[in-house]
Amino acid sequence: MPYTVQRPKLTFWEKTYLPQVIGGLMITFGHFKNMLAGKTKVVMQYPEEKPDGHLPEYYRGAPALVKDEKGRERCVACQLCEFICPPRAIRILPGQLPAESKWAKVEKFPQQFDIDMTRCIYCGMCEEVCPEQAIFLRKDYAITGFSRDQMVHDKTKLYEIGGTLDGLVFKWNPLK
Amino acid sequence: MDLLYSIDWYLILTSLAKTVVVLGIVLGMVSYTVYAERRVCALIQDRLGPNRVGFPTTLLGAKKDFSPILGGLGQPIADVVKLLIKEDFTPAHVNKFYYWIAPTLGIGAIIVTLAVIPFGSSFLGDPMCIAPNVNVGPLFIFAFSSLGVYGIVLAGWSANSKYPFLGGMRSSSQMISYELSLSLSVIPLFMILGRLDLGKIVEYQVTHGWLLIPITNGRMPSFAQVLLWFPIFISFIIFTISMFAETNRLPFDLPEAEQELVGGYHTEYSSMKFALFFLGEYAAMIAGSSLIVTLFLGGWHFPGIPDGAGAGGIAGLDFLPAWFWGLVNIAVFFGKVAALLLFFIWVRWTLPRFRYDQLMRLGWIFFFEIALVNVFVTAIILAVFPT
Repeated sequence: MPYTVQRPKLTFWEKTYLPQVIGGLMITFGHFKNMLAGKTKVVMQYPEEKPDGHLPEYYRGAPALVKDEKGRERCVACQLCEFICPPRAIRILPGQLPAESKWAKVEKFPQQFDIDMTRCIYCGMCEEVCPEQAIFLRKDYAITGFSRDQMVHDKTKLYEIGGTLDGLVFKWNPLK
Repeated sequence: MDLLYSIDWYLILTSLAKTVVVLGIVLGMVSYTVYAERRVCALIQDRLGPNRVGFPTTLLGAKKDFSPILGGLGQPIADVVKLLIKEDFTPAHVNKFYYWIAPTLGIGAIIVTLAVIPFGSSFLGDPMCIAPNVNVGPLFIFAFSSLGVYGIVLAGWSANSKYPFLGGMRSSSQMISYELSLSLSVIPLFMILGRLDLGKIVEYQVTHGWLLIPITNGRMPSFAQVLLWFPIFISFIIFTISMFAETNRLPFDLPEAEQELVGGYHTEYSSMKFALFFLGEYAAMIAGSSLIVTLFLGGWHFPGIPDGAGAGGIAGLDFLPAWFWGLVNIAVFFGKVAALLLFFIWVRWTLPRFRYDQLMRLGWIFFFEIALVNVFVTAIILAVFPT
């Protein structure tokens, strides 16, 4: 059944479109005036004003590895983050912990752990999948370097960004 | 030796000086109009525009780049330098002759029209118009801006590629269609004024009040003047809208912006030739705005300020020499042009653009008929109330 769309009835002045044009001009003039008077607060002048103080809790910055409160590196080189990383930014070379080390019962540790920051998309999947709560996304977003080699964060750099984290591992928390 | 004495050196030297001044001011205004557009459109869109680059005074040894209040005043200089040092590349598949002359036709035709516009009253006895006493002022301007269409047609054709061709065809047909209403809309004006000489039109407005605002001569308008204001107002509206269409500005932006995705008639052009097209569009805006100011808004006149010979102002301003007021008149003229340019920018960032058939219908049916009716109405009013 053909359905005819009813066009609205326009008065004579509305048909000339002049009132609508003038109304539109008033709207844009209002925006212009508010910007000049400083009443609009949407602009952040970037290098002088940074959002660092008020980033939300869930903000995803660069990934980092953490050690626990006893100084043990939490990562056990299970390579789950390497497999789930969408752009394949993480490269892990697992190694065996020597039998005489204090943490020998963990058995595995990463000999090399590289995250290529030119590939990382800051999605947070590595943090979500890690069973040992070893990798977290921090709040820094401006990762720069003078060469491609500098843009690859190796293990020492990652622990340096990460620091220490106390507390339970989520795998012992049935609610998580 | 007789030849040297018979040449009018005064005329030649003053004309050269005026040409240099006008070209300097207009080309400077063109780059700063681009800057103003970026700033104004940014403020309308709730953001700031370019506010970092200042005049490069650090090159001259100062501590900071100079850019008071606004910041970013050096941005046009940076843009011009970038356009100058880019590689000027001619593709292999273009028609070389037309490819090379198209940008010059585009901008050259527009700059020539600035010769007849009186941008000031007089300065030290010399009339402030590069070619004063041209009896056919607006006709000269319309003729040369029609030549500007050739620039676009040749650019679209020579580029030997789909999108420039379509863009060029659309733009040329739009510009030709709106030239009709452009010329027809100002005929009532010339019927009322009785002359086409732009300098004398401004002098008429000094004594009889601006055509659009008749009370600026300090006297109450007569009944005939009030009655004639209505055709003049309609003429102003149609002329301004046709000027928008002539310069390819929104809302008549289809040839330029639909191909913002690709580029339109200037797709195949690189550094300096693209700069000539880009700046030619803003120069056309300035030329059009100066014509609107001259015809409708009183040119260089401001109520109360005397002209370059010291006459016509409010009493009590005699303590300043006459040449000072000549300079003030030039500043008033360019101030009005700048205000009109801001209006052009304001409208651009408010209205959506017309579809091609809507644009053609407006030009050929709507404005053409209204302009014709306007001519008849003015004729009837002038027949009943001869002034």
